Amino acid sequence: MALGGLLWCIAALLAASVAAIAVARHRAATTFVYAFALGVTTVALVIAAASLLAPDALSGALTLPLGLPWLGARFRLDALAAFFLVVVNLGSATASLYGLGYGRHEEAPARVLPFFPAFISGMNLVVLAADAFTFLFAWEFMSLSSWALVMAHHRRSGNAAAGFLYLLMASLGTLALLLAFGLLAGPSGGYAFDAIRAMPPSAGVAGVVLALALVGCGSKAGLVPLHVWLPLAHPAAPSHVSALMSGVMTKVAVYGFVRIVFDLLGAPNWWWGAVVPLLGGVTAAMGVLYALMQHDLKRLLAYHTVENIGIIFIGLGLALAFQAAGMRGAAALALTAALFHVFNHSVFKSLLFFGAGAVLTATGERDMEHLGGLIHRMPLTALAFLVGSAAISALPPFNGFVSEWLTFQAILISPALPQWVLKFLIPAIGALLALSAALAAACFVKAFGVTFLGRPRTPVARDAAETSSWSLGAMFLLAGLCLVAGILPGYFIDALAPVAQALAGAHLPRQHELDWLTIVPIAQSRSSYNGLLLFSLVALAAGLAADVIHRWASDAVRRSEPWDCGFPDATPVTQYTAGSFTQPIRRVFGTVVFRAREEVHVPRPGDSSAARLHVQLRDVPWDLLYAPAAGLVDFVADHLNKVQFLTIRAYLTLVFGALVVLLMVLVVWQ
Amino acid sequence: MLLVLALAPLLTGYVRKLKAHLLRRQGPPLAQPYRDLLRLLRKEVVLAHSASWVFRVAPYLVFATTWVAAALVPTFATGLIFSYAADMIAIVALLGSARFMLALAGLDVGTSFGGIGSSREMMIASLAEPAMLMVVFTLSLLAGSTQLSSIAASLQGPDVGLRVSLALALIGLIMVAIAENARIPVDNPATHLELTMVHEAMILEYSGRHLALIEAASYLKLLLYVSVIACVFFPWGLAVAGQGLAAYLAGLAVYVAKLAASGFLLAIFETAIAKMRVFRVPDFLGAALMLGLLATLLLFVTRAG
Repeated sequence: MALGGLLWCIAALLAASVAAIAVARHRAATTFVYAFALGVTTVALVIAAASLLAPDALSGALTLPLGLPWLGARFRLDALAAFFLVVVNLGSATASLYGLGYGRHEEAPARVLPFFPAFISGMNLVVLAADAFTFLFAWEFMSLSSWALVMAHHRRSGNAAAGFLYLLMASLGTLALLLAFGLLAGPSGGYAFDAIRAMPPSAGVAGVVLALALVGCGSKAGLVPLHVWLPLAHPAAPSHVSALMSGVMTKVAVYGFVRIVFDLLGAPNWWWGAVVPLLGGVTAAMGVLYALMQHDLKRLLAYHTVENIGIIFIGLGLALAFQAAGMRGAAALALTAALFHVFNHSVFKSLLFFGAGAVLTATGERDMEHLGGLIHRMPLTALAFLVGSAAISALPPFNGFVSEWLTFQAILISPALPQWVLKFLIPAIGALLALSAALAAACFVKAFGVTFLGRPRTPVARDAAETSSWSLGAMFLLAGLCLVAGILPGYFIDALAPVAQALAGAHLPRQHELDWLTIVPIAQSRSSYNGLLLFSLVALAAGLAADVIHRWASDAVRRSEPWDCGFPDATPVTQYTAGSFTQPIRRVFGTVVFRAREEVHVPRPGDSSAARLHVQLRDVPWDLLYAPAAGLVDFVADHLNKVQFLTIRAYLTLVFGALVVLLMVLVVWQ
Repeated sequence: MLLVLALAPLLTGYVRKLKAHLLRRQGPPLAQPYRDLLRLLRKEVVLAHSASWVFRVAPYLVFATTWVAAALVPTFATGLIFSYAADMIAIVALLGSARFMLALAGLDVGTSFGGIGSSREMMIASLAEPAMLMVVFTLSLLAGSTQLSSIAASLQGPDVGLRVSLALALIGLIMVAIAENARIPVDNPATHLELTMVHEAMILEYSGRHLALIEAASYLKLLLYVSVIACVFFPWGLAVAGQGLAAYLAGLAVYVAKLAASGFLLAIFETAIAKMRVFRVPDFLGAALMLGLLATLLLFVTRAG
């Protein structure tokens, strides 16, 4: 049975992580652990994909005598879980493959190897859990094992602070989820998901649960303003773990949200469809603007995760709005768009983090201002990174475009909604989505252009070497998936049909039987897209142009110095940097969003010191939300500190007073 | 597909000629862009030492994506064979792909001019693309479709009439078209060695056949935007598939007339207006974005009233 097989895989991963503690200092341990994880996750991937594609073999449920004695640990495999297991295990398998090469450069393998399989098994467990206790336990297990991985290089500056912030936000999220499940279970305490599903909460309670789920899962996924930990913690981990955290763990958080809100919470209210897409839209636009301001390659990628989570939540929110209005087909479209983006983002974000990891091993630099010209030294990494950049920028014919296109199609149905607020709000969210897509393209022109193109800015960039073939294999596997999912999206959309059917009560029309593999979400006259045809036409046109020109015109090439309008510059320092590339965008958006201020210090005539440009950016959510909260905690702690130094009489009085107050509360309550 | 390729340089040549006449100059002959292209194609390519394969592949991809996008716009007849392959959103995104490659190529050689061009081009695009998509939203909400053929067909119908939002969308689209084609208030297509140049700075390092391809792509882009405006807002005279040869010929004649009229207006507009500073461009495009959004929202108001 599929579920049993998956649980055995998880057990094998846990055993591997225990074994890794024992053998971590051994030289062959790295190869062994990653090869083992690769094998197990591939098996799990095949099982999950098979159960997603063959829905009749689904719906396994199992209760193991673990955990709370009167409850046991319940596990269940349905279409939603199977889809997310595919995402989790695809990401984990490629990360393990990448780790086979990348892990050799690890300076402290004993701090990484035991936690890597544990982290993967934690994510698998969250998706399979079918009662609140198991879910929360697995969620915490996943958080803590990933925290350990973030802290692997805890002596590097900034990492310890990042780990602390992550721990804090993870606790906050778990607390919110704990309360959410408490409300869902109600006074009778039915913690199994089946029991919760059997008696949905009242509308008021459901609203509170939605808010708690947004805090709990949103803080893990990186919704603005709960995103602050993410761009610090994700890059601090080793690169393949960063890929897992950004590409996969955020998706597990999305899974948690979908499970709670779409599955357990009963029928949605219309205002949910306003709140969730609005949060998503703000997250998308803010995420990409933050990313544009970053010069650290891995941190830039982490901020892009924030953006893409925003896009996913736009799709989920639209699905809620359509569901509340009883428009099942539209809800299925929005949900499919969001889930397809979940898959796509996990693919290209892992790919990009792998690329950043390859750059990091080759040069030891994460700062783009110290790189450049790497395409000459690392041509294959550059090609894979280019594919990932085009995919994340939503450019056809890659996969990112298809899921954003589906989201746009869902937005275009929104005028049929009955509520005026939504009619006005959703086109504005569409504008935010369009803005973030365009800015993402600008951001990846910067990321790819400054890192890989141009002339090397430092000696390390000039002497870089191509990364190992294991890592390249992982990258090209994902790059191939980006292209395949972009030109043959119909198969992927069809695979999502059982999930949409289970959650939205409808699914999109079968796509892969259509002529020429076109995708038609609603009707042919309304909209259609054919990635395969577009790709072949572009390839044909480019090939034709190249052939005609090389045959009939000229194919001579002469190498020379760059022209640069007659001002040849001797040093690579005069190239455009990441900072100067984004300067126009900083001036357009940054003054509002980041309260950006630029100061230019020009030395007086005769003074030979260098001119300086000082740019100041402020993180507004941090200033408005986190700094006051931290100040409050400090203030309260300072004042409560006095309570530690009282006399015994004072303590006895306090105890007596507390007792009286509690008894009075009890009396009033009864 | 071949028609757009054949017509595109003519349109550019025509606009140049008209502009020269308006400035009381003789102006280059109409066929000059063709001659330019042929001459460039025959020349050898001078490549910088630091150029990588991205630099050499980009012109072909830019040309191919722009060509395909232009071929997907109905020019003189609706019902193209491949029109179901891409709707208007996909056409916008295809142009985005072309721009992405070109901006990368601008950064590839590692000179400061290329960087300036790429950086500014992406800044302009980051505002022009959402504005364009808002116009698409308005049109598709009105027509119930994002397919250009269906939009044109439905706007030809009697139940649309004159609408405020259509007018706003038209103005928005024209502003986007001006910015995207590097025309005068945003960028100057006829200058080099000016610190305000955008598109020309980005392609400064190109020569020979590569430059010819990029030039051809920008001619095509101009034709594409003019065709979109003509097909959506002035859909009269579009031949419908299966009406016979006469209808197609009439459609073609009307199309050429539309091109001539829009080229004339563009030339007058460019002569009459001064180039604006680079950091005024965001205001210009922000206005286009707002117009697009207003057009969408007004649609609800008018429908309710």
